This record gives sequence, C-alpha cells and structure tokens, in this order.
Amino acid sequence: MNVKRRNAIVGSAVVATIIGMVGMSFAAIPLYRLFCAVTGFGGTPSIGLAAAPGASGQTIRVLFNANTNPGLPWSFEPDQLEVSSKLGEEQVAFYHATNKSSRPVTGMALYNVTPERVGQYFHKTACFCFNQQTLAGNQTMEFPVSFWVDPAIRTDPTTADVKQITLSYTFYRSLADAEKVGALAKAGPHVGPMSAADLAALKSRTN
Amino acid sequence: MAATDSHAHGGDHAHGDHGHDHKPGFVKRWLFSTNHKDIGTLYLIFAVVGGTVGGVLSEIMRAQLMFPGNHVVTEGQEWNTIITSHGLLMIFFSVMPALIGGFGNWFIPLMIGAPDMAFPRLNNISFWLLPPALVLICIGLLMGESGSGWTLYPPLSNATYEPGMGMDCTLFALHLAGASSLLGSMNFIVTIFNMRAPGMTLHKMPLFIWSELVTAFLLVLAVPVLAGAITMLICDRNFGTSFFDPTGGGDPVLFQHLFWFFGHPEVYIMILPGFGIISHVISTFSRKPIFGYLGMVYAMVAIGVVGFVVWAHHMYLSGISVDTRAYFMGATMVIAVPTGVKIFSWIATMWGGSIDLKTPMLWAIGFIFVFTIGGVTGVVLANAGIDEAVHNTYYVIAHFHYVLSLGAVFSIFAGFYYWIGKMSGHQYPEFWGKVHFWLTFIGVNLTFFPQHFLGLSGMPRRYPDYPAAFAGWNFVSSCGAYISGLAMLVFFYVCFRTFTSKAHVADNYWGEGATTLEWTQTSPPAFHTYLEMPRIS
Repeated sequence: MNVKRRNAIVGSAVVATIIGMVGMSFAAIPLYRLFCAVTGFGGTPSIGLAAAPGASGQTIRVLFNANTNPGLPWSFEPDQLEVSSKLGEEQVAFYHATNKSSRPVTGMALYNVTPERVGQYFHKTACFCFNQQTLAGNQTMEFPVSFWVDPAIRTDPTTADVKQITLSYTFYRSLADAEKVGALAKAGPHVGPMSAADLAALKSRTN
Repeated sequence: MAATDSHAHGGDHAHGDHGHDHKPGFVKRWLFSTNHKDIGTLYLIFAVVGGTVGGVLSEIMRAQLMFPGNHVVTEGQEWNTIITSHGLLMIFFSVMPALIGGFGNWFIPLMIGAPDMAFPRLNNISFWLLPPALVLICIGLLMGESGSGWTLYPPLSNATYEPGMGMDCTLFALHLAGASSLLGSMNFIVTIFNMRAPGMTLHKMPLFIWSELVTAFLLVLAVPVLAGAITMLICDRNFGTSFFDPTGGGDPVLFQHLFWFFGHPEVYIMILPGFGIISHVISTFSRKPIFGYLGMVYAMVAIGVVGFVVWAHHMYLSGISVDTRAYFMGATMVIAVPTGVKIFSWIATMWGGSIDLKTPMLWAIGFIFVFTIGGVTGVVLANAGIDEAVHNTYYVIAHFHYVLSLGAVFSIFAGFYYWIGKMSGHQYPEFWGKVHFWLTFIGVNLTFFPQHFLGLSGMPRRYPDYPAAFAGWNFVSSCGAYISGLAMLVFFYVCFRTFTSKAHVADNYWGEGATTLEWTQTSPPAFHTYLEMPRIS
C-alpha cells in the first residue's frame, strides 16, 4: 500500500475518533440518566407501578423536605414532617402548595432521596412529581405521593444501617409557563407530563 | 519577487539534501507555510508571545497580592478576568504551542527521517487557527467579561453571572484552539505511524516521538469532550437550552465531569512532551543511552491510559459519594507508579554517566527536582480526606505550578537550549543561559514553595486579597515572581545574542551523547530534509 493511501486510512480513523468523542460527550446525558434510573445512583428513586410486597415487621423513618425555586411564586410544604413507614407496605403522604400570585401558574417538581445509596430501594408508585401541576390564582392544593420501601434495604450491607430516608422535592416553574410570562425560558426534556411512549416504556420495564 | 528565484535551482537534485534550500518568498514562506520547520518556528514564536502576555498577567497578580489591601487591580471582576486569562493563555497559548506545535513539528519529521508531516496544508491550518483564538481570548480579557476561572464552571460562566459577549469570545477561542490541536494531533499520529524511516520500528523510536504520539492520542480523545462541553455552555448562554441549568432539568455538575474528563488528560498533554525532551537531554549530557527505554515508553503509555480514569479527583467536594471518591483516590495514586519509573530511570541514566552540566542539562535536572516536588504534593492531594481541607487553597496552586509552570516550562527551556543551535544554526551564550536558569530556578521556587504554607494555613485561591495573617509568605512569593520576571528578560537577551551571533555550529555540536537522527542534519537543517530516506539498522 502506498503512503498516501495509508495516510488517508489512519487520518480517517483519527477523524472518526474525534467525531465519536464529541458524540459521546453529548450521549453522556441520556446515558447517565438511564444509568441513574436503573441503579438508583445519586438518590434516584425507582418510579413505577410495581406493587408493594406487603408489610414486613420492620419500620424506617421517612422525612419530607420541600424546596421552591424563587422563579415560582408558590409556597410548598409537606403536611407531615416525617412518618414511620413499614418496610414493604405502600404508604401515602401529602404535600400542599399555595399559589401566591393571582394568575394560574404551572410548576414541575424534581426529586431525589438521601442517603443517595438507598435510591434503588425507594419505590414511588404515584406522585404529583410525575406530571406538571397547575394552580389557579391563590389556589391551594394537596399533593399526594405514594411510596414503599423495599425490605431488601435491610439485607444490603451498604444500606442495612440506614435509619431514616429523606424524600426531597424542588418545585420549578414549567418551561411553557415561564415562556408565557416571559420568565426564564429554559427547560429540559423531563419538564412536562410524561409522553405516552415514556409511560409505556416505564410500564414494560417495571412489570 | 523572491518567489521566482525558488525555481532557479529547481533542476538541481544532484548533491543530496544540502542543495535544496529553495525557500519561497516571505509571504508564501510564513503565511502559507507548509514546511514543518517553518510551522514549528511560527508555533515557538507564538508560544513566546502567549507566554509573555500570560506572564505579564501573573506579575500583575503577584503585585496585587504582595501586600494585603493592595489596589493594583481595582475590582473583583477585573481580578477574575485576569486569573481566567492567565490560566487559559499559559495552557493553550504557551505550553501547548511550544511543546506540541513547536518542538513537535520541528523534530518529529527530523527524528523519524521523514521529509515533512503527512498533511502539510492541514499543519498550516492548525497553526493559523491559533492567532485568531489568541485575539478572542484577549477580547474576553480586555472587555473584563470572562471571569469564570479557567475551569469555566457554570453557573459562574452562564448568562446570569457572566452575561457579556467577552465570555462567548473566550469560549469560542477554546473551540478554535481545540480544533487547532485536533488537526495537529491527527497530523502527528499519521506521520508517526506511516512515515518512519525504514528500520525504525515502534520500539526503536526516540522517546520524544513516543511522548508526542501518546500526547496526540490524549488530545484526540480528550479535546472533543471539551468541545462538546463548551458547545453546550454556549447553547445554554445563547440559545435557551439548559444542559447545566437545574431550572430546566440540567445539572451543573455534568459540566464539571465533562470538563475534567478533558482537563485531567490535558495536564498530561502538557507534561508528556516535556518528558520526551528531558529524556534526550539527560541521555545526551550523561553520554549514556537512556536507562530502561521500554520502561520509559510504557510508563508514558500507562500515564496516558490511567490519566483518563481519574478525572473526578478534581471534584471530591462536588457531592460525589464516598465509594466514588475511594475509587478515584486509588486510581490517582496508581499514576505515581509510572511517573516514579520515569523519575528513577532519569536518575539511573545519570548514574555513572559522564555528566556535562551545560545549560540544557541544568534545566533537565531542575525539571526532575521541581517535578518531583509537584508529584509528591500531587499524591498528597489525591487523598480525598486531605483534599477536603486543602481543596481550592494555595496548596493546590503550588502543586500544579510545580508540575506545570515549573515542570513543563523547564522542559520547554531545556528543549530550547538543547535544540536552538540545531534550529537556528547559532549557539546560545552559555554564560547567559546559566544566568537564565539560576534566576528562574531561584525565582520560581521562591514564588511557589511558600504557597504550600499559605494553602496549608487555609488561604483560598481566586481572591484578590487576604487577611493580614497571610502577609509574610505572600510578600516572599511576590518577590520570587519578580525574580522570575527578570529571568524572562535574561531569556530575551539570550535570544537576542543567539540570533545576532556570527558563529555557526556544527551538525552535531553536542558530540557523542546526541544519537538521534536530527544530529545527522546540518545546523540549521536544509529547507527540505531527507530527500533520501535514512536507514536505521
């Protein structure tokens, strides 16, 4: 093979590597999201319709935390600061929010649990955070969240010592709403209700 | 026109390399240059310009920090912009152009017996992307709008906290500099793989070539990730995306991961070519072949590989879990092993050698000294527990200046004194070269060693002022910086004396210790070299 041809081959391989690495840097985002959803890394709770296995004898404290982004004119708080949850039994807790402005505002809550390593054992079956929420001017609403903690948390040596789990939410203004009022017009793909395709994928994964 | 006389000797191919100096005219030779030696020269000049601007900024910084409550720099944002530009200039516009573009372009073809780089026109583009990038960086600096620090972390660099156009200029400058080094490394990889003289197998390649090859691979794998990250940042700033903005579901820590996935290999990109140069200098002035050649080669390869899986040691305090920190801590400390192999091999090369303490050798020994200090503090900082205390303090500043500002820069000067006779045909003045070395050595150690003490007592980096408790060592540090600045003037005098010297040097002016192929060429080498392929036995 002559040098020109060999140069073209090695050169093309280098260009392909460069393009591949640029692609990888963008692919890092969905891949990391998938990784967190599968492993519960970074305190990502398992979400989905999997039924609780039924109560076991043990309990764990679950604490509730609420934050509101300053761009969202709501007050947002948990009804109860903590509950004692039976491992394996589904339980419902409530938050409430009041729209302090006089016009309708749509918000979206982001969530995680701490300690981060218990993410995979914390199951959310239904949550106000799965969808956008709209409050009319000065309206107050109760937001339910239904969850259960997997009894396997006691057999995993890295989580066996966990006595309490904190469930945390931060409410942000939704993209569309922010755009409407000319506020921060920035949002990512998960802001907004789940699409039918997302829901189907979720169901097929959890069932 | 001068270009016409380049054809005058066109048919004259009779007597080997030496008759082929048909150089084109000034504009064609320097602006449209495709000759690896000329492009190397342009890179070296560019590195001196970038390093001088960055150096002036560091003198301003040390003047500001000489006494508490100083007002050399009038406001915080001005300070932020200066430290940002200092870092970026030194990395992308001084160390990299000198070690990779400069010495790499000059000596890769000469050392492997190739007539030029594989893609000479691409080589021209890689250089000419840099001057506009430098202009953009300087716009960011002069507008005072790029104060995020060289790490460019959002939210410091996002549209809320750095709304001006200057920040976009700085980001775009990095795009250009990144494209430049990608094209350059593509050229290096192809040239080294395909254009070696017959007989020069990979395991017979000079260590400098190996170092540039590993560096080129690191660039190809790391720089695109930086390009991706700053593209996302530019989109966040200007086009309403929210890759790094939690309001829209983004994650600022993502930027840190992407940045350091590039940033950590980047520090090896800056030091590996230096390793190569130091190996040649030590071997030449000890009149011995390098100790443990294969170990040296695979130590560099190992540093390059492991360098890609340690990035989060820059992010111990970003909220990553204990287990993650434990991994990154272990992986980071592993790098000390191949680095130690190199240090000990250099010492073993000198052991029992007939050592000649010429100026390049002084720089090389100085390199081993400062790089070892920087390496040891690196192992200290690798400990997540200790880093919790000294993260973002002057201890970190001292550490990375010992490996880069002193280590990499010492290797650049070692290369300069080693090869300037080969590149220019004139020898540097030995006395002034030694003055340059000793002034620099004293100056930089005086500047950076006290910063360890400042860091351990808790002085944070990136601030233009400090409590009076830190006054003493800051004063010493600033005095050291002025001495280093003076040394830089001596360097300019050395250059002046070298280029105005009337005496010419021989082909191999270092004698029997210098065994690589570039010493078989004239000093300076002909415009076109190796019209006949050399054979390596």
